[in-house]
Amino acid sequence: MDRVPILKIGEILLISIQVDLEDQTAIQLQEDIADRIVSTGAHGVVIDITALDIVDSFVGRMLSSIASISRVLDAETVVVGMRPAVAITLVELGLSLDGVRTALDVDRGMRILAEASAQRGVRVHADDEDAATEAAP
Amino acid sequence: MALDALLKSHEDRLIERWTAGAVGSLRGRLTEPELRRQIDEIYSALLIALASGTFSLNAEASTELRAVLEDISRSRARSGFSPSETAVSMLSLKDALLETVDLGSVDRAGLADLIELTRVVDQLALLTFEIYAHAREELIGEQAEQLLELSTPVVKLWEGVVAVPLVGTLDSARAQVVMEKLLQTLVDTGSAYAIIDITGVPAVDTEVAQHILKTVVAARLMGAECVISGIRPQIAQTIVALGIEFGDIATKATLADALVHALRVSGVEMVRKRS
Repeated sequence: MDRVPILKIGEILLISIQVDLEDQTAIQLQEDIADRIVSTGAHGVVIDITALDIVDSFVGRMLSSIASISRVLDAETVVVGMRPAVAITLVELGLSLDGVRTALDVDRGMRILAEASAQRGVRVHADDEDAATEAAP
Repeated sequence: MALDALLKSHEDRLIERWTAGAVGSLRGRLTEPELRRQIDEIYSALLIALASGTFSLNAEASTELRAVLEDISRSRARSGFSPSETAVSMLSLKDALLETVDLGSVDRAGLADLIELTRVVDQLALLTFEIYAHAREELIGEQAEQLLELSTPVVKLWEGVVAVPLVGTLDSARAQVVMEKLLQTLVDTGSAYAIIDITGVPAVDTEVAQHILKTVVAARLMGAECVISGIRPQIAQTIVALGIEFGDIATKATLADALVHALRVSGVEMVRKRS
């Protein structure tokens, strides 16, 4: 069975899907991503589907559920490089991939994640201060 | 007497009358020598077709005749002649025939030949008409395709901002073309913002709204954001009356507003130079 490689770049996991996804491969990928997010502590996932000619409803749902799983594990998911034909098919199927962020290419996807993590960085800092002030007295 | 012999016995007078009859109905749009040449062609092809004794449009002997008629009818259709003007160049052979042959002196067999010949002419006229109609249909098809291409330009307004000014009624076929073209342009130019301007769309019903919404959702899936602009007051009222929900899609009254919105969201700031 084919396995889709997961690359780690800084705080981000990069998954570039180069083969047509079979159901088994897709399920395996979903598990692998969850494992890697936990083991690496990544805060962002970029899924590049530039090479995919066909996205069926199963793969569409998988993308949605990967996004949901990652969010539970505190990582943001961005799907990048969707082809026009694929986007049209998904719309016709009635799948709008709610809750999944999208970008035109990997570059923009990484930028979105960088901005998101910068915001989170500020928020975490503020939370810490709040926690510190609450803890002090 | 065979049919081709009947034609040949009056050849010169027949062609002359035929040309005269046909040229009158064309109102000078085709010069007489030109028409004469076409009629000569039809005439010689007709002789070949009739030479075998029995006439059939689908026979091997009629191949040249069919080709000649196809050429002529097609060129007539393309240069804007009316259907009757096209058919009459064939039908005037019948008049010429009746004028040329001395009806008083023909015997029974001659009359039968004459009737047979007019029947052949009718078949040929029908064929010209059919080819004419077919050529016109092709023409209409080509024009519809060109119109589709013409009416859906995607223009780049700014680095990363493209716009589609929609003009005319938006049906499913056009909506599909617009969607494909817009999405492809997003990929080609790497634009993250698209403006769909519906100033030129005469009416927005639920179907049109559905098409626009689909385009917006598809663009979102690819990572681009759409703004809808050019909503006229009347259309805004229709949209509300129909209960169409644009959800969280940004809508603006004018293309200018939409451009400013897209620029602001993408982080571009515009400052007027102080004079």
